[in-house]
Amino acid sequence: MDPRENKDRTSEAPSTEKGMDIKNARLNAGENASAQAVERPTWQEDVGRSALNPLRRRKLVEKGVFGLFRIAVLINTLALVVIVVFLVLNGWSAISWTFLTQAPYDSMTKGGIFPPIMGTLLLSFGAMLIAFPWGVASAIYLHEYARPGIMMRVIRLGINNLAGVPSVVFGLFGLAFFVIWLHLGVSLLSGALTLGALVLPVIIGTSEEALRAVPQTYREASLALGATKWQTIYKVVIPAALPSMLTGSILGISRVAGETAAIMFTAAVFYTPRLPSSVLDSVMALPYHIYVLATAGTEIEKTRPLQYGSALVLIVLVLGMNLIAIILRARLQRRR
Amino acid sequence: MFLSRQKKETAIKSTFFLVATLSILVLSLIMLFLFVEGVPIFGKVSPITFLFGKSWYPTADPPDFQIFPLIMASIAVTALSAAISIPLGVMTALYLAEIASKRIRSIAKPIVELLAALPSVVIGFFGMVVVAPFLQDVFEIPTGLNLFNAGLMLAFMSVPTICSISEDAIYSVPIELKEASLALGATHWETIFRVITPASLSGISTAVILGMSRAIGETMVVLMVAGGAAMSPKSIFSPVRPMPASIAAEMAEAPFRSNHYYALFATGMVLFFFTLCFNILADHIAQKHKQVGAATL
Repeated sequence: MDPRENKDRTSEAPSTEKGMDIKNARLNAGENASAQAVERPTWQEDVGRSALNPLRRRKLVEKGVFGLFRIAVLINTLALVVIVVFLVLNGWSAISWTFLTQAPYDSMTKGGIFPPIMGTLLLSFGAMLIAFPWGVASAIYLHEYARPGIMMRVIRLGINNLAGVPSVVFGLFGLAFFVIWLHLGVSLLSGALTLGALVLPVIIGTSEEALRAVPQTYREASLALGATKWQTIYKVVIPAALPSMLTGSILGISRVAGETAAIMFTAAVFYTPRLPSSVLDSVMALPYHIYVLATAGTEIEKTRPLQYGSALVLIVLVLGMNLIAIILRARLQRRR
Repeated sequence: MFLSRQKKETAIKSTFFLVATLSILVLSLIMLFLFVEGVPIFGKVSPITFLFGKSWYPTADPPDFQIFPLIMASIAVTALSAAISIPLGVMTALYLAEIASKRIRSIAKPIVELLAALPSVVIGFFGMVVVAPFLQDVFEIPTGLNLFNAGLMLAFMSVPTICSISEDAIYSVPIELKEASLALGATHWETIFRVITPASLSGISTAVILGMSRAIGETMVVLMVAGGAAMSPKSIFSPVRPMPASIAAEMAEAPFRSNHYYALFATGMVLFFFTLCFNILADHIAQKHKQVGAATL
């Protein structure tokens, strides 16, 4: 770079670069003071110093800050890796065929985690059965039918706030509404309904994104051929958006599978060795099982291997689904 | 024939409209039921005492239902986690959006997404069995289950929220602004600091608020690692009992429609109110300072 250009930049710095300039000034002052003690610099040296060093300094600042950014990313990576590796190392020995297929016994200090796994799968499946059609339909209304205006704004505000409701509040709501008011009891159905409402904003979000990715020309072509709006949506838009919607719903399932606070009062119980025979039965669930083993048991230390094993199974389930969704999404994007 | 087709279209549109408004119905039902099950406690305790009284002894005789320590604990935990997660999340977002090469991005982005996907009970478990003993040894404190541990674990739960929303905001800054700044001789960092960050500040603020909203409402982590003492925090190593932890821990023991049960629902109301404020504020900022294009800046 031309040194003259740098000089120009520093001379106009006061107006644009206050923070940087103060720092420079302080540094320059320090330099000048020490230089004065030894020997007063000639004006050429002075210009050379103040013109060239700032650029080098600015570059150095940039390097330093970008280094900080990299460290931030590394910290996140490290957090993920440490948690996963720790659970894999400690949980690995607990995993066996009997662990995955047996019910717990001896007041949950021995045996496997088959009922919690089944409970979690049933709850997730049930929640998606409710949330997927509901979420997709809401997204279709918002993206295909609604015109910007007060109604759309209200609906969006409602969805955004629903997304922000803490899961324990969903749990309270499920308890008061489904369990008590609708007399569904602590059951698979109550849990699935609560989780369905909880995951709805996620499904709406991903479905809308999927609809946004369908090229406008598809719709125009269909409408130009004389199809009605609904025919266009049903025969053109939905088929085109469905793969992305399903990918998004995998993320929804993984969110639901790891959810604990919302099912504590609505669906999950400490211990029930048999699998649910109807939707009105209560179930065991993997996340709740981990919580119970880790905090409420009488022999917490003795059941550590079971806890590690259960946690490992849960993160393999959840992260596995997420990885599948990430890979599928990358594929869909490449095809476009 | 034509008329019936149009009628059918209208009917279909109305159906979709009704389904879309169902989510507002759910939100209203949540508020209604929190209210109905929570308000009876105010017949026993005045709202002022409930909110600002300092003793939470729900099972003592006579019981005290005063949730000020719980509110303070929630605020302290959230503030601590924000102090960690805001720099971490925003820096990660800037890195992903501005600096990372395409290849690094394709690895780093899924990592953040997987971090978001970690179930809270697993993070809480990790905090209990790994971080707590570690803190106890390093700082020589009586228990590792405390405010600091909970704040740290919560930070990693809100980083992905902050990061992904900030990243979207940074992406939507018009490229012309960046080009203009670079053409004037600013370094890349100066451009990020003085042009891109100010231009995406509304989006980043929204991200931060939503991240904090997630932290204050998060239950399992604070239930498992915050320590559970219902006292206002004295230091960052005090064990605390934030609102969600109190609700989750005590609901199972509270007799149906007892005062304790009502008090927990009222605590839920307060918690809901906090997150509602956060979300409305975030929505307001996002709407008011919408980034449309270079012309609006």
